[in-house]
Amino acid sequence: MSEEKLVNLKINGIDVSVPEGTTVLLAARKAGIRIPTLCWLKDINEIGACRICVVENEVKGARKLIAACTFPVSEGMVIYTNSPKVIESRKTTLQLLLSNHKMECLSCVRSGNCELQALCKEYGVEDAHRFDGFRSTWAIDDSAPHMYRDNEKCILCRRCVAVCSKTQACSVIGANDRGIDTHIACAFERGLADVACVSCGQCIVACPTGALSEKDDTQKVFDALNDPKKHVIIQTAPSVRVQLGEEFGMPIGSLVTGKMVSSLRMLGFEKVFDTNFAADMTIMEEATEFLKRYKEKDNLPMTTSCSPGWVKYIEYYYPELLPHVSSTKSPQGIFGSIAKTYYAEKMGWDPADVFCVSAMPCTAKKFEAQRYEHTAVKGLPDIDAVLTTRELGRMIRKMGIMWDELPEGEFDAPFGLGSGAGTIFGATGGVMEAALRTAYEVVSGQKLPDDKLDFTAVRGTQGIKEADIDIPTPEGETLTIHVAVASGLVNAKQILEWIKSGEKNYDFVEIMACPGGCVNGGGQPIQPADVRNFTDIRKIRAEALYRDDLGLPIRRSHENPDVTAMYEGFFGEPGSEKAEEIMHTVYIPRKQY
Amino acid sequence: MKSLEELAAIKARMQDKVIMREGSGQIRVVVGMATCGIAAGARPVLDRFVEDVEKEGLADRVAVKQTGCIGICQYEPVVEVHEGGKDKVTYVKMTAEKVDEIVEKHIKGGQPVLEYTITHVGD
Amino acid sequence: MVHYNASLEDTEFYKLQRRVVLRNCGVIDPESIDEYIAVDGYAALGKALTSMTPAQVVDEIKASGLRGRGGGGFPTGMKWSFTAAQNNPVKYVVCNADEGDPGAFMDRSVLEGDPHCIIEGMALCGYATGAHEGYVYVRAEYPIAVKRLGKAIEDARAYGLLGKDIFGSGFDFDLYLRLGAGAFVCGEETALMTSIEGNRGEPRPRPPYPAVSGLFKKPTTENNVETFANVAQIILNGADWFASVGTERSKGTKVFALGGKINNTGLVEVPMGTTLRQIVEVVGGGIPNGKHFKAAQTGGPSGGCIPASMIDIEIDYDNLVAQGAMMGSGGMIIMDEDTCMVDIAKFFLQFTVDESCGKCTACRIGTKRLYELLEKITDGKGTLEDLDTMETLCRYIKDNSLCGLGQTAPNPVLSTYSRFPEEYKAHVVDKKCPAGVCKSLLTYVIDPEKCKGCTACARVCPVGAISGTVKEPHVIDAAKCIKCGSCMERCKFGAISKK
Repeated sequence: MSEEKLVNLKINGIDVSVPEGTTVLLAARKAGIRIPTLCWLKDINEIGACRICVVENEVKGARKLIAACTFPVSEGMVIYTNSPKVIESRKTTLQLLLSNHKMECLSCVRSGNCELQALCKEYGVEDAHRFDGFRSTWAIDDSAPHMYRDNEKCILCRRCVAVCSKTQACSVIGANDRGIDTHIACAFERGLADVACVSCGQCIVACPTGALSEKDDTQKVFDALNDPKKHVIIQTAPSVRVQLGEEFGMPIGSLVTGKMVSSLRMLGFEKVFDTNFAADMTIMEEATEFLKRYKEKDNLPMTTSCSPGWVKYIEYYYPELLPHVSSTKSPQGIFGSIAKTYYAEKMGWDPADVFCVSAMPCTAKKFEAQRYEHTAVKGLPDIDAVLTTRELGRMIRKMGIMWDELPEGEFDAPFGLGSGAGTIFGATGGVMEAALRTAYEVVSGQKLPDDKLDFTAVRGTQGIKEADIDIPTPEGETLTIHVAVASGLVNAKQILEWIKSGEKNYDFVEIMACPGGCVNGGGQPIQPADVRNFTDIRKIRAEALYRDDLGLPIRRSHENPDVTAMYEGFFGEPGSEKAEEIMHTVYIPRKQY
Repeated sequence: MKSLEELAAIKARMQDKVIMREGSGQIRVVVGMATCGIAAGARPVLDRFVEDVEKEGLADRVAVKQTGCIGICQYEPVVEVHEGGKDKVTYVKMTAEKVDEIVEKHIKGGQPVLEYTITHVGD
Repeated sequence: MVHYNASLEDTEFYKLQRRVVLRNCGVIDPESIDEYIAVDGYAALGKALTSMTPAQVVDEIKASGLRGRGGGGFPTGMKWSFTAAQNNPVKYVVCNADEGDPGAFMDRSVLEGDPHCIIEGMALCGYATGAHEGYVYVRAEYPIAVKRLGKAIEDARAYGLLGKDIFGSGFDFDLYLRLGAGAFVCGEETALMTSIEGNRGEPRPRPPYPAVSGLFKKPTTENNVETFANVAQIILNGADWFASVGTERSKGTKVFALGGKINNTGLVEVPMGTTLRQIVEVVGGGIPNGKHFKAAQTGGPSGGCIPASMIDIEIDYDNLVAQGAMMGSGGMIIMDEDTCMVDIAKFFLQFTVDESCGKCTACRIGTKRLYELLEKITDGKGTLEDLDTMETLCRYIKDNSLCGLGQTAPNPVLSTYSRFPEEYKAHVVDKKCPAGVCKSLLTYVIDPEKCKGCTACARVCPVGAISGTVKEPHVIDAAKCIKCGSCMERCKFGAISKK
């Protein structure tokens, strides 16, 4: 590595040396000074638009305000981050933002977790109405299945726009109109449902205010819980257990499986099941499907299908590559399918009375739940309601459940047992690793020693990971499987381009729509940019999942006794006709325009 | 264009057509045809000049050209007549009817129609 | 020589002018490359490519003292030297022809009247800075300029004056046209480049400056039309020739679009340092209807007002800035005693409010709130405290905006407030508009001495606010009056006045 040139400057009288090209904001952090931001998302949205990060730059005795988030340091610079002028400017900026803001702060879904609100408090903006005047009015866009856009709460930081284009390669939103009428919307003012939005929800977790939020399905679930006719059951996705705690102020990466199960039971769910079980089923189907397709060289690489944002992405943007996608339903879909067929039958319930809820890290799951192409019971959805981790937190708070006091609960049988392979579904590379654990042992007929169970090559938060996995066959040969793992749709797009051009020859590819996988899903607790910019929350949350995996008695999907029982008693073999009928699905090529 | 000589050759060929030499008998009529001129009605003026010159058989010694904005908004349409050895004449607030008279008296007769010129026409 | 005393050159309007930029406008056929060559066109490019090094071209422009004519007045040679110093095989030249100031049309005139001089200027810039491609960003509202420039580019290509190996020098240069969709902000250089790149025209933070990372993130030199129009003349006639005109720190000439309450409206090109009095009284021919000169507004929505007391100011970049105005691209609007300075500030601010791109908070919301304050003042609802808030908000917007549009948006307010504070106070304290412009503050009254009771006013009043019997003095009911002024226009006896 070449030696970096250091630049010396003074910030609030403190001498700081930082590499050339560093911004004033990052240099200030080195001096122990946090500069507030609103529009800035490190490496994603660096546009200097909101002006909250202004600081004074003294040049030849004259002081000028500059935006610290984009202004690079220079030798001998003299910076003041907290001068009266800076503080006054920031306060005025906040007052101006408030003057065009729908002040529903008392009941806003983001109240208490709103970056604008936090700054107003920090800067003592007592006179919130100082600049009241014309306020732009916009209809809420509620056309999409998964979210609302309320532009009257939007501060035009453009973080959602940047995420949609830069990390998710969709670019379905942007600024329309100009001046005070500027607002974020789809081209030609179309509703979000009418454009090629994949429902990933990354825009929501990027939003500093309540302008973007998931469609709240909590009332739907409360209604079902209050309906004596309904059998309301819930499944919880792997990554929810490492994040629900954040909703209650616990540190990022707290594993709260037991408390979560207890809270759900207190909420009144008749059965509390684990999506990890369904994930194990997915692995059985998907690994079987892969090995068959690998042998037959049928549309390789095969890609995973558990991320509904990803599925919708390929349907919209690369429909010609749809045959590559595994036909196996996602764990959510498999669970719902089994619940409404096998389980309803076993319990003697009318499938129409089964109200199947899932707690998910994901907004696209709300969309997936509305896919009727191939439900297990004709005319009934596999899933009746999807709650994001945030909504689940909301229900628990609303019902007065004292989180800190909750005992460690346990999932119900028979779908309460999940393997470690199922749990790591929540992190990028987890599905691949889970599949490899099973594929390896099925193909080779050998049991992997526990210390060889971690396929570390596919772990980590990099956008694209590649590995060659050698599996010995009983015949003494070696199968080399070329695998790739991508998360964040901009990386998925890269993989798809490689597949299209033939530049890379993979056999099996795992793709997650959200960067880092489900732990960073669009339905997860929102951490402010101030945290996201300086902490890799994906890494911390994923580590909690790998810890969970390590601590579980069963770490291979095919060793899950409930899974084995399920096949023996209902489906027969993985990939059987019945399994195909209930646990597989079809996809729809979609038009972008 | 590969050399300065080529450029010089074009200049030599063109110079007399833009800057009227004394005694050449050539006349150059330019009509202000920028957006402002056109908006004020310069196109019919230009057309009438071309027609009249054609009709009167003056094409070999009178060139009618469009040009850009001369800068005097309130006087548009503006026509300037260049003739070697004589002062330029600036006609303002031009109309097609005035053109006929100017062609007759000035171009053919050699006497500028002074009442239509910039120094005689008020706002 | 036969004299007629009947040409443009014989008018007072022309006498103080000196045409460098507009030298060919009104002279040559803009659609004929041959005519341009006839008046020494492309001779400067030929000279530079065959006998000067790029560094010499930069030095010549530096020595000439040419400053950017787009508004800011940054030294052009220095700007070129920054791009020239960048070590990058791909660089660009950009011509800003997105003339958006209300009432300004200097650039349009050059593009329509002498398009080749822009091509030549840009090619010279390309040679000097090491760029081989250029873009001209013209607003689509200039269809004739677009057509003529497009033809000029094709003709220049056909002659090999654009393309490969120009004048056998090995220098390659080509030009492309890009049309702007009419957003004022696209005249801001970074927004303009963002627009050329195919994105919504919004400014981006500087640094990095365009000379380092401009169009498509490559080193880029951006100048406006009028700047490029000077370049060939400087190379051809030398820096000393150019520098012999103008003031110590502003060389050459400046084209103004003269308008407003002035007898001669039009495009005028005068040497830097010409006084405002010369422009108003000689070139402009004075104020119509015997009214008095009150102020000149320069620099459009980014500029400010020079009051009558400063009429002897020598116009150049630095003097204007010192007076709280700016050169801007060259709009000059003359105002007489009937102009309300609060109203005029509001007028210009309305323009920026509408044209703000909406990216940064200070401009998007700040200018709107400032406008609302001015509205309050002209409505007669303002307080002295509002004047303080107005001034504070002006400073805030200047200091906090992302780009030049926002940073200069409060100028019309600040400059009128500092020059005409009493007018603002009259609106706020006395609830009067001294110029009689702000409707809410006017009352129409009938002088009973002069009124003959002809009833004409009562008949023309659209709201029936005037009453009275025939041949008796009439009266206006102020509560009903909508201040349309119809009665005053109709009265033959001068009996109606506004106060």
